[in-house]
Amino acid sequence: MTLESANGQVVTGSVRLVHAAGMHARPAVKLTKLAKKFQAHIFIRASDAAEWINAKSVAKVMALRAARDSIIQIRASGEDAEGAVAALVDLVAADFPDNAS
Amino acid sequence: MNEHAAIAGLAYKGMTASIGLAHGPFVRADRATSGGRVAAAPPDEQAALRTALVSAGHEIAKLAESVGGDGAEILEFQVALLEDDDLLDPIFAAIDEGVPAHTAWSSALEAQIGDYSAAANEYLQARSSDLADLRDRVLQILRGGESEAPRIPSGAVVCAEDLPPSRFLEIDWSGGGGLALLRGSPNSHVAMLARARGIPMVVQLGSVPANARTALLDGEGATLELDPSAEQLGLFERRQDLLRQNRASSRAILARPTASWAGEPIKLLINIQRVEDLEHADAQYADGIGLMRTEFLLNGQSGLPDEETQYRAYDAALRWAGKRPVTIRTFDAGGDKPVPGFTLDGEANPFLGVRGLRLCLERPDVFRVQLRALARAAVRDNLKVMFPMVTMPAELEAARRLFSEAVDQLQSEGVPAALPEIGVMVEVPVAALAIDQFDAAFLSIGSNDLAQYLTACDRTNGALASLIDPLQPAVLSLIKHIVDHGRHARRAVSLCGDMASDPRCVAGLLSCGLRELSVNPSALALIKQTIDGLSRGDIRV
Repeated sequence: MTLESANGQVVTGSVRLVHAAGMHARPAVKLTKLAKKFQAHIFIRASDAAEWINAKSVAKVMALRAARDSIIQIRASGEDAEGAVAALVDLVAADFPDNAS
Repeated sequence: MNEHAAIAGLAYKGMTASIGLAHGPFVRADRATSGGRVAAAPPDEQAALRTALVSAGHEIAKLAESVGGDGAEILEFQVALLEDDDLLDPIFAAIDEGVPAHTAWSSALEAQIGDYSAAANEYLQARSSDLADLRDRVLQILRGGESEAPRIPSGAVVCAEDLPPSRFLEIDWSGGGGLALLRGSPNSHVAMLARARGIPMVVQLGSVPANARTALLDGEGATLELDPSAEQLGLFERRQDLLRQNRASSRAILARPTASWAGEPIKLLINIQRVEDLEHADAQYADGIGLMRTEFLLNGQSGLPDEETQYRAYDAALRWAGKRPVTIRTFDAGGDKPVPGFTLDGEANPFLGVRGLRLCLERPDVFRVQLRALARAAVRDNLKVMFPMVTMPAELEAARRLFSEAVDQLQSEGVPAALPEIGVMVEVPVAALAIDQFDAAFLSIGSNDLAQYLTACDRTNGALASLIDPLQPAVLSLIKHIVDHGRHARRAVSLCGDMASDPRCVAGLLSCGLRELSVNPSALALIKQTIDGLSRGDIRV
């Protein structure tokens, strides 16, 4: 997993998953849809797992099997990396509201 | 199966299900992965998959609009998967390396499905069926959507894990070809269909490479040779010539008068799966139709067949036969022949379940339509009708009552109709043992199911093939019991199972006293030749 980007800058963030059912289909779809709006390479992992996965892949995000209250860590690199991390943190913190995607 | 492992280079050994030789393009046709699709060059395959993914996305989006709630959420998840590059990139990379689009797509989805079904959590387990749904939707579109005829070239050697009868029937066998199954059984419904069409078929091949350009299939030797060498081809062509000469000499026998044995004439009739089988070059030499199956009518695109469609099919067979007798068997659905909208789902043992006449009596709405069509066809007086899977005399009487009602109803409507001769297909052991309790005009022994039920062996299970040998004494003595009853009660008895088409069984059947055999059109010449040989003493009983 490489996080080096064109300008080399890596932005990170973390947020608690409050969704009652954990990272289920709906949250996973919302998260990946939002991530895809950014040019940045965005990776997430849950609760200090060894592997970072592509936040734009719904298959991978579902495969995280992140449970309620796990900490979602986000790393992004690229031009709009900062905006991407902020938006994703907001989405998870606000429990995937319907108007967010 | 280890004993069926590769024998030399690219030759594989299995078990015979239908004899004959085939040489043609090698085509894999596993339902889950291809459904009969033939792969093109990688760039075209990638384009085909891309188009299929877009169409699937549109279909699912449309579906999502009409459902809402949790359903819509799951459908959105499916759409998101269709746009997931992490999932798709490896699939397109595999296609680039020559893997067919359908195979690349389904193996990637299989991996996902496996992950989900192994999950501890029920919610995630349930996602595996959504993924299976998505897999099948895309495969369906790849196959050409509106279930058009599959693109298997005529004359191909078709290879699959196993093949359901419906798929066999979708394939165009008019140009010959052969069937090579990695699993499968010589006693399955598909094997029966292959024998009926004279299509060589080998089962239990174990594992075979996914790709080869051409193949040689030898039904009798039970071998499959992939991308044969010039030497293999030469040997094969010599065997093919020999087989042709053999067939030509047995065909000459066909035109001669009725076969006889021990001074008695032997009637040789044919089994047909559908009206088109009568186009077989040898069919004209038959003494009649001993078994016309009617399940083909249930496999149509437009659901269960109406009275007119059925009447036309029955009447066509009766017209073909002229003065010769035609025995039509009412729907024998269930067992290994499920029919959506008719047979019951979820039976633990479908072979021991509500099938054959049992199902027809459960579903008089469907049965009445067939009986009306048969009653109309019976106006030509060469029709005989038999019921499959009869267990108790009361079932025969219940069916007869429904039949009489159908005749009365038609006549009161002013439609010409008649009650034909009614017979029983003897295949359930209790009915065979108590055959004198049945008031049937004629009996036809269904030796496939009779042997299956007597030996307690699922005939579709290849591992039991050696136990279900119909020549064992108990099977033959029960056949003799039925034939003896027929002689005593002056009721015609014939045998329409695969035994009749198997030259190794003919002597045994004649010794049981049978004088009427119903065989596959492609076996007619061979069986007549065998009977000739037996009566001349060339072959010892």
